[in-house]
Formats: sequence, C-alpha cells, structure tokens
Amino acid sequence: MGGLLYNVFIDPFMQMGSAPDLLLQVLWEGFVSGTLYALIALGFVLIFKASGVFNFAQGIMVVFGALSLVGLIALGVPAILAIVMCIGIMAALAYSVEKLVLRPLVNQEPIILFMATIGLNFFLIGLGELVFGGEPKVMPTEQLGLPTGSWDFDVLGGLVIIQQLDVAAAAVACTLVAGLAIFFNKTRIGRALRAVADDHQAALSVGISLNQIWRIVWFSAGIVALATGIMWGARSDVSFALSIVALKALPVLILGGFTSIPGAIVGGLIIGFGEKIAEFYWGPLVGGSIESWFPYFLALIFLLFRPQGLFGEKIIDRV
Amino acid sequence: MSENGQNAVLTVNNIEVIYDHVILVLKGVSLEVPKEGIVAILGANGAGKTTTLKAISNLLRAERGEVTKGSIEFKGQRVDRLNPNDLVRRGCIQVMEGRHCFEHLTVEENLLTGAFTRTDGRGAIAADLELVYTYFPRLKERRSSLAGYISGGEQQMTAVGRALMSRPDMILLDEPSMGLAPQLVEEIFENVKRLNEDEKVSFLLAEQNTNIALKFAHYGYILENGRVVMDGVASTLRENEDVKEFYLGVAGDNRKSFKNVKHYKRRKRWLS
Repeated sequence: MGGLLYNVFIDPFMQMGSAPDLLLQVLWEGFVSGTLYALIALGFVLIFKASGVFNFAQGIMVVFGALSLVGLIALGVPAILAIVMCIGIMAALAYSVEKLVLRPLVNQEPIILFMATIGLNFFLIGLGELVFGGEPKVMPTEQLGLPTGSWDFDVLGGLVIIQQLDVAAAAVACTLVAGLAIFFNKTRIGRALRAVADDHQAALSVGISLNQIWRIVWFSAGIVALATGIMWGARSDVSFALSIVALKALPVLILGGFTSIPGAIVGGLIIGFGEKIAEFYWGPLVGGSIESWFPYFLALIFLLFRPQGLFGEKIIDRV
Repeated sequence: MSENGQNAVLTVNNIEVIYDHVILVLKGVSLEVPKEGIVAILGANGAGKTTTLKAISNLLRAERGEVTKGSIEFKGQRVDRLNPNDLVRRGCIQVMEGRHCFEHLTVEENLLTGAFTRTDGRGAIAADLELVYTYFPRLKERRSSLAGYISGGEQQMTAVGRALMSRPDMILLDEPSMGLAPQLVEEIFENVKRLNEDEKVSFLLAEQNTNIALKFAHYGYILENGRVVMDGVASTLRENEDVKEFYLGVAGDNRKSFKNVKHYKRRKRWLS
C-alpha cells in the first residue's frame, strides 16, 4: 500500500525533479498537441456559438480536408493551388450544409440538428471513402513546404529534441487562433456572429441574416478543420482514425466551456499538457496508453465541480 | 391602396395570421401609418399587437407564424414575403418587446449591430453613432458596459438606438413601457416624439399603457381578439367613453367603488 502511494504521489514528481530536460520535452509535446486540440475545439465553438448546434461532424471535416489535400496533390496539382482548392471545397461544404441541412431544419429542437450532424458525419465518411479510398495516406510534407528536421537543444543537463514540424504546427495553430479572435472581436461580421450567439431573434430583427452567418461560421470551421487536418496529418498519417483524435475536442470543450474561444484555447492546452504528463509519468503504473482516456477523465472531474467550464459564458442574471 | 394611400408609409390590408398552421391569431387586421406619423396599436394581453408588428417585420416566420391572407405594403411595395433583413434594408426595423439587447456585447457594440445592413461606410455610421448619443447621452457614459448589466431603461434606449443605427424610415416599437418606471416611460416617449419630429421617423407602436400611448401618438387602433375594434385620432380616442372605461381606467363621473366593479355600467358596444 505504502509503495503504491509512493508510486502515485511521490515518485513521478521525483522523476520530474531529477530529469528536468525530460519534463521539458514532455511539456513541449503537450504544448503541440494542446494547440491542435485547441484548434479543433475552436471549430466546434464557432458553430455552437452561432447556431447552437453541436457539430458532431467536425472531426470528419478534419479528415475530409486533409484527404482532399493529399488527393489533389497526388493528382499532380501544385501544393499552393491544392490548398486554395481545398479552401474552395470547404466553402462548398459550408454552403451546402447551410442550404440542405440547416435551412430546412430551422426552428427545430437542438437535438434534431445534432442528429443531422451525425448524419452529415457518416455521409462525409462515405463520400471520403468513395472518393479517396479507405487506406491511410501520407501527407506530402515536402511539397507543402513543411519542415521535417529537428532541433536538438542542450538544456538543463540533457537533450531536448524539438521537431520543426511541431513548431510549424504550433505556429499555424496560434496564428489561426489569434486571427479568429481578432475576427470575432474587431470586425463587423464578427460582431454580428456574437450578436447571433447572444440572441437569434434580436439579431434577425436588426437585419442580420442568419443564413449568411451560418455559412460564414461553417466556412471558418471548415478552414480550421483543414488546417488541423494538414498539421495533424503531417505528424502522423491521414486516415479516418484522425476523426477519433478530433473527438478529444469534447473534453477540451467541457473544460473550457462550449461557448468560449479563450476556453477552447486554454482547455486545449490543459488537455494537451495533462495527457502527455499523465502518460509519461503515471502511464507506466497501469501499463501505458492512458493518453487515450485521460482527457475524458479530466473532463469528468471538471463536470463534477464546474459544469459550465472554465470560461463558460457568464450567465447574466437580472433580478 | 386606399384613398389616402399616397400618404401612407405603411399599409396593412386585412391580414390574417396563423401560428403552427392551426392557431388563428389575427382575423383580418387593417391599419395605416401616414408618413412621419406616430400610430399606436392598443389592447390587452393576447389581443394580437405583437403579432401584428411581427407580421410586418417578417419576424413571424422564425416563430412558425404565417401571414395567410391580406397584404402588407411599405412605401408602396409589397413586403409580406421578404426576409427581415431585406425589410431593414428598405428602412423598416422592429424594436422587440422586452428590449432584447445583446447581453454579452457592450452598449456601443449593440448600437453598431444595428448598422449591419448599411453599406454607406464607416464615416456615416460613426456620425449616426454620435447622433444616437446626443439623443441618449446616458448611453455614451455606458458605452463600454456589457448590455446585460445596464438598467432596464438604458436597455430600452439601447434597443431604440440600435434600431436608429439602421437609418430607418419607420420603427416598429413593441411595448416600450414594459417593466419601466413611469418616469422612464415618459422619457422614452419624449424621445420617440423628438425622433419623429427631428429625424422624420414614423412609428408604429404597440402599447398596453393606453394613457401614455394616446398622449404621444397621433392615431390609435384598438385591437381585441385579433381584430381592430375601434380606431381614431388619438385625441378623439382619449375622450371616447368606451376607451375611458375599458382602457384608461377612468370612470365617466364620480369615483368608482371597487365593491361594484363587476357591474359594468357600460358594455363594450362592439360585442353584439
């Protein structure tokens, strides 16, 4: 018993203290996954805020974006053009979702819209397999100009290896997150988006077109999905399994709150750091790979103590 | 179009509204708002005032309501099949009952959302923002507060100011007095009057507070059970014995004892 307590509560911290270089390495890994989780979570938040729909298909949009890019490059399309075409595909997707799914279901219960996105999820899986085939693909990093080398740093009496690809992934994620934050807070459309999130009826009454706003959020979520797909695909493979990784955005959202952009960012980072540290220091105790369930465990604990999430929209209560 | 239709900015011809395909709410309502007029729709809860306004602003469809008969013309053109945003572009905007400010946006952001449909550039919008602040100086002090945290009166001003930011020819104002202190209600109506005189905005307002509405409006329609039961120039309505009895709550002669309140001296003469 004493040994177990020691293993759980003392030994991991001793390890952290005795090998700070390893800790740094783990933290870096956590940071990179964290930024990507944050990016996926942002896709969910965007759509949820503007339309109250929990978009179950966000994960598959990530895969779909990445697959389209790989497919286009495999056909010999130059990388830049392929990215532009993928953005076009995401725009088309956003347009058709608004036209064919959301518009006919306007004024329906949220659960019905949620079911519709589950349908969309399977439709996109089917379409993706039909067009691109089901086998995993490799993201052509050289054509895309993504760096593949690594930097070694001698710090804290050890060696920390930083993959350049990870740096690029984190940079892309941070840029997109910052870009979206500015878009939301400083532009006319962003203001309208927040207005719609606050009060659909009032937004309609001042002449904001909900259909236009929906197209814009689905398109932004598509862009976010595409970026995540490219970066994540480059770090591993592009396969349908990516959509399961994307579902890790769920615990991120529970941590951060479904309607908060800062929440998605901080939540993503917490989940990223948390799962890597847990995996590295506590994983061996139970035979490893706790990475896959640890975020959900963390989310569960959060649900018990702070169900609205860290940054859940302030509930303005007038008395 | 009716005879004096040339003069009317808004004409509602005998509209019928059905909610959810079954519930008949308006049973043939007709009304007219002259250019630069203030017209009041009066009536009790559930009379159909809000529905009438929403039918005009086309917000009805978002609530599964539908105009099934009749027509609505704004500035001489049919508007009953438009989207709300098209109507705002044409110059008719609704201020909804209960203010409906965007609570998580600041007061100034709220005002700016009102300019969403405008395409005449930042300069013009900024100028109108200042204009709104001259009408409602209190909003300028509160410009960076979240709208959810300001007082009810300030929220009503924000809602009216937000509508003003779309540069409307006509504002549909739903129950501006709701939940406000009498003094504030007076202030809101004073502003309506000023906007009407200085900015040439026409108003169609729905109001339960018959007293104040008839004080500021030029013309009034009384709605009951989805029908117009009486209409007339505001001053005439104020003097009408039926209106006094049923809507203004003042008896014709001596003070009323509440012991006898069940025994109406008058009967609504429009109920046969």
